[in-house]
Amino acid sequence: MWDYSEKVKEHFFQPRNAGVLEGANGVGDVGSISCGDALRLMLKVEPETDIILDAHFQTFGCGSAIASSSALTEMIKGKTLDEALKVSNQDIADYLDGLPPEKMHCSVMGREALQAAVANYRGEEWSDDHEEGALICKCFAIDAVMIEDTIRANNLTSVQDVTNYTKAGGGCSSCHEGIEEILVKVMAERGEDFKPGMPAQEEAKPAGMTNLQRIKKIEAVLESVRPQLKRDGGDIELLDVDGKTIYVSMTGACAGCQMEALTLQGIQQKLMEELKEFIKIVPTKAGALSRATCNP
Amino acid sequence: MEGIYFDNNATTRVDEKVVEAMLPYFTEQFGNPSSMHSFGNKVGLAIKKARMQVQELLGAEHDSEIIFTSCGTESDSTAILSALKAQPEKKEIITTTVEHPAVLTLCTWLEKDGYKVHYLPVDEKGRLNLDEYKKLLSDQTAVVSVMWANNETGTFFPVVEMAAMANAAGAMFHTDAVQAVGKVPLNLKDTKIDMLSVSGHKLHAPKGVGVLYLKRGVRFRPMLRGGHQERGRRAGTENTTSIVGLGKAAEMAMEAMAFENTEVKRLRDKLEAGILAKVPRSFVTGNPDDRLPNTSNIAFEFIEGEAILLLLNKFGIAASSGSACTSGSLEPSHVMRAMGIPYTAAHGTVRFSLSRYNTEAEVDRVIAVVPEIIAQLRKLSPYWEGDGPKEEAFAPTYA
Repeated sequence: MWDYSEKVKEHFFQPRNAGVLEGANGVGDVGSISCGDALRLMLKVEPETDIILDAHFQTFGCGSAIASSSALTEMIKGKTLDEALKVSNQDIADYLDGLPPEKMHCSVMGREALQAAVANYRGEEWSDDHEEGALICKCFAIDAVMIEDTIRANNLTSVQDVTNYTKAGGGCSSCHEGIEEILVKVMAERGEDFKPGMPAQEEAKPAGMTNLQRIKKIEAVLESVRPQLKRDGGDIELLDVDGKTIYVSMTGACAGCQMEALTLQGIQQKLMEELKEFIKIVPTKAGALSRATCNP
Repeated sequence: MEGIYFDNNATTRVDEKVVEAMLPYFTEQFGNPSSMHSFGNKVGLAIKKARMQVQELLGAEHDSEIIFTSCGTESDSTAILSALKAQPEKKEIITTTVEHPAVLTLCTWLEKDGYKVHYLPVDEKGRLNLDEYKKLLSDQTAVVSVMWANNETGTFFPVVEMAAMANAAGAMFHTDAVQAVGKVPLNLKDTKIDMLSVSGHKLHAPKGVGVLYLKRGVRFRPMLRGGHQERGRRAGTENTTSIVGLGKAAEMAMEAMAFENTEVKRLRDKLEAGILAKVPRSFVTGNPDDRLPNTSNIAFEFIEGEAILLLLNKFGIAASSGSACTSGSLEPSHVMRAMGIPYTAAHGTVRFSLSRYNTEAEVDRVIAVVPEIIAQLRKLSPYWEGDGPKEEAFAPTYA
């Protein structure tokens, strides 16, 4: 049985704003009946102010799909459309005190319904680039499509690569067989054989960059995300750089936050783009590194 | 625990008498049956008795045809892998699209090793086409693995006939009978079934014990090698307490067989008729005319199964569903898809599976509760309006 939070159960057993909304002027229908999730979101928007006066939903789906829909309608009521569009799927999950990794897609569906309903209200076309695969990494909620796309885009060749780029496989490691299977398939497309135990891609260190320049670049990236973290009451500190591993410490509200993994994943991606090389970001408590740094 | 347990195809309650039979083997009778002293000897005798009790339930010719394993899955894997190892020149397997994952997942994995697996399709009632099966049988077929009764719908496959056909073609025949054993009278000595899997916890024995029936003379290659336990066919110290429990449960299943096929069946039929009469747009999946006496799988259109189960659970009613969400996968049950049940119904299938411990009062209670729950969820469904499906079909993006 799923480990649903009390908040999820409450919104499932007593859904808010369920049923048809008379006089709705923005309607978004999203979902996939093959996956067993479909949602109609109905908005009543005040044209002068763009404020959402009322929001209702109808959902075909499981407990968390119904709870996510209910939560979404509560979250967006009273907001302007632009404010409402800032609600992310993670916000929906957080509002519900978290969702099991297998169920995160239910909150994604809520967010997409919102985009579709706003587009419908504004008379715009809404096209969806949603594609969902089977969940591979349960620790970080990474699905097969995401892994496939990342392997393809970056010519990855090892499980370690995949973990570095997507975080998939970086937790309990029980999905490594699944990741290898995807590697076999995607590498075959480009005419290569997957070899288990192959080292990660060669480090493509840009010529001429000294260690100092590298660290400065890393600090610049961290600096650029700092305002965002501070807004949420948190912060990040660079502790050490050891080859491809960058040790940081998450402080304040970021430490132990449910979103920590996602936040770090985003920062890691940014760092890789800036440094144009593989790196791995590792959250560590300040002070815990003294031994690691003495052992090259 | 209070509540109405209608999920007996998932697992069953261990009978009190089974527990009673097991208890001494945890404490005073703790010996290792392989030991050369009387501590071990008594346990060895208890296992021998259990073997004969299972032999009788299966209608096997010899007690040595009973191999104790750890579960149904182990029996399935052992049977199929043994058949392949024992006949290395044969590279084909025949199974069905609606097998339990214990067989299906193994077969898809074997495909990677170069085996050709034929998956027999089923019709809208979950039935096989034996002509099609006959065409697939050849001197390349190493093993046929077909379940006796489907775990989701209870639908029977004609395994005795299929085993005879496999035998005529020179192929080994295995059947996963975990749902059928204890509910269907078996007489394996008069069949051509070479191997059969049993799971203890489906028939009121504990979890963690199973049986592989292996007909005498069938070539066999063990999966676990080591000691001489189970005549060297399944090494590893015996799960003595559970084996004793399974023996007792087998004996009790023999006694209860008639009851399962009369009284339990009557309750199942009452439950099913009661729900269908009260809930519009609901139907039974599988083959109602040829199935297990305890199982009813009902599709409730336009709503999703996990939501149904959560609401049932609130009323203390336990059942299971073929929806994608209950398993965490992206597709509804492969059994429902194989029968061509549309997505709007496949996600809303609920399996009620009874046992001899269920009562008429429980059935009445479930008949009273289910229609309310279905109506409540349909009120939330974008596919539903008033008393029926929306006239203008709901067609969301990325459907």
